[in-house]
Amino acid sequence: MRPGRARLLDSKAVSLTPDDVRHAAALAHIGLEPGELESLARDLAGILDHVGRIASLDLADVPPTSHALDLVNVLGDDVPRPPWPREELLSLAPERTADGFLVPPIGA
Amino acid sequence: MAVFDVEATSAEEIARLLDARELTCEEVAGAYLSRMAAHNDALNVFLHVDEERTLAQARAHDNEGRSGIAGVPMAYKDLFCIRDVPTTAGSRVLEGYKPPYTATVVRRCEAAGLVELGKTNMDEFAMGSSTENSAYGVTRNPWDAERVPGGSSGGSAAAVAASMAPLSLGTDTGGSIRQPAALCGVVGMKPTYGAVSRYGVVAFASSLDQVGPFARTVRDCALALRVIAGPDICDSTCLGPPEPIELPEREDLRGLRVGAISLEGVGGVEPGVRASYEAALETVRGLGAELVEASLEFSLTPHALAAYYLIAPAEASANLARYDGVRYGLRVPGDDIFEMYDKTRQRGFGREVKRRCLIGAYALSAGYYDAYYGQAQRVRTLIRRDFDAAFEKCDLLLTPTSPTVAFRIGELVDDPLAMYACDLFTLPVNLSGLPAISLPCGLSEGLPVGLHLAGPAFSENRLLAAAHALEGAFAFDPRPPALMGAA
Repeated sequence: MRPGRARLLDSKAVSLTPDDVRHAAALAHIGLEPGELESLARDLAGILDHVGRIASLDLADVPPTSHALDLVNVLGDDVPRPPWPREELLSLAPERTADGFLVPPIGA
Repeated sequence: MAVFDVEATSAEEIARLLDARELTCEEVAGAYLSRMAAHNDALNVFLHVDEERTLAQARAHDNEGRSGIAGVPMAYKDLFCIRDVPTTAGSRVLEGYKPPYTATVVRRCEAAGLVELGKTNMDEFAMGSSTENSAYGVTRNPWDAERVPGGSSGGSAAAVAASMAPLSLGTDTGGSIRQPAALCGVVGMKPTYGAVSRYGVVAFASSLDQVGPFARTVRDCALALRVIAGPDICDSTCLGPPEPIELPEREDLRGLRVGAISLEGVGGVEPGVRASYEAALETVRGLGAELVEASLEFSLTPHALAAYYLIAPAEASANLARYDGVRYGLRVPGDDIFEMYDKTRQRGFGREVKRRCLIGAYALSAGYYDAYYGQAQRVRTLIRRDFDAAFEKCDLLLTPTSPTVAFRIGELVDDPLAMYACDLFTLPVNLSGLPAISLPCGLSEGLPVGLHLAGPAFSENRLLAAAHALEGAFAFDPRPPALMGAA
């Protein structure tokens, strides 16, 4: 059994630590201001305490549904269409070079 | 100019007056622009208005000839991309963004000749049930300016309720059309998943999102749905409805088996909402329907709410990864690219969006995926089975749309769980992909109560027919007293 599930089954309430929130924020690439971590941790613990209760339901024999209706993707003919005008898209960028998006270095 | 009362004229009637040349498209657009100018400061319904653009579109129809519903105005929730028109999705991260292309539904409206009135306020990225999560201030309910209009499409609902637009479009991921429609006393419909294109619509949770209309009457709602529904080669999830959308005409419900969900044991439903709902059931019976007891064993439990509030944030955390300060929108500089991402999203996203992205990232993270996201998808299966079983015994299902009438601004904003409970009756149909409509069925303490009709996949015509018959019997006056007779 995976650790998350075991932990939920073992205890009624979810104990969400500031480290958990820091980890989720790193995954989501959202910087947190001082003080924001604690208050978000409180909000998230409250939410997870409720929504996390479904972890204790015994649904081993219920298949998951990722999509509600049995729809099949609609595919078009494989015909090339004109591409987006590069200049038009680049003009939306916060920073750019002559022919590309400009970003800070990966790892300063 | 002919006498034209925006409070009392349906989209259908506007089209008739245009056909009869009693009005011009420019006069119609001008009347709504005046109404918007008179009330937008107080209600904060529209985030973007371009009067010249609106009037130019209207004049073009006057000059070049028109037919059908051409010349009728339409307002758009501010997450429909329109080329060169600001589109914020209620977020700072998209402040000043002007899309380089137009959403398919907007193109369909343009092709039908609908005149663009402007972009309406919404909860940031459609996350919320009150429009309080907009980065551009709350929209106020036309029935009581101290109360919320619902959300997330609160601006689009309030626009129609305040007669600032005869029609508007919204999106519905867990109730974001139907709940504000109920709280503002207008008609709102979420079509079947796959009935309407989402190309060019800012995404929230892609297995749940669907576009739909707001209107003052059920027939107007059908008119708007007829325009927007249909397949789109740019959206591989869009099939379009299998049959044309019909304008409902029948005034009774004979031959229809209507499943009434008992509110016994369902917590948090206000007595006034309960009373309106029970009166509505009597009306259903009076119109000749066979009223059958129906139940949704799993769909109205806290477990369904939990599944929704895991699946939607999980999908949102993936969809919102695109707001990274690289290609468009806000950028906050950083020493390296990761610091730039972190700072851009820290400043660009509001608190509820951060909550949901963090919950989503957490629920999808290694070690927790099965317990949260996997389990939520299993609950989703149980909800589907609930509806499958219910629709063996009836043709459509009734509940209230919202457990409460419009609540006070600020009342729930610091209590995310209480806010989430607003979606109790609406989100099961999103999890099942089904169509549903909300129409006003009465007042409680002077505020509108919505009745919710859900049907099997692609039963839009059946829902519209039933809602139309009920509308006639309810005879609800959609004009908010506070605005009646105003400019």
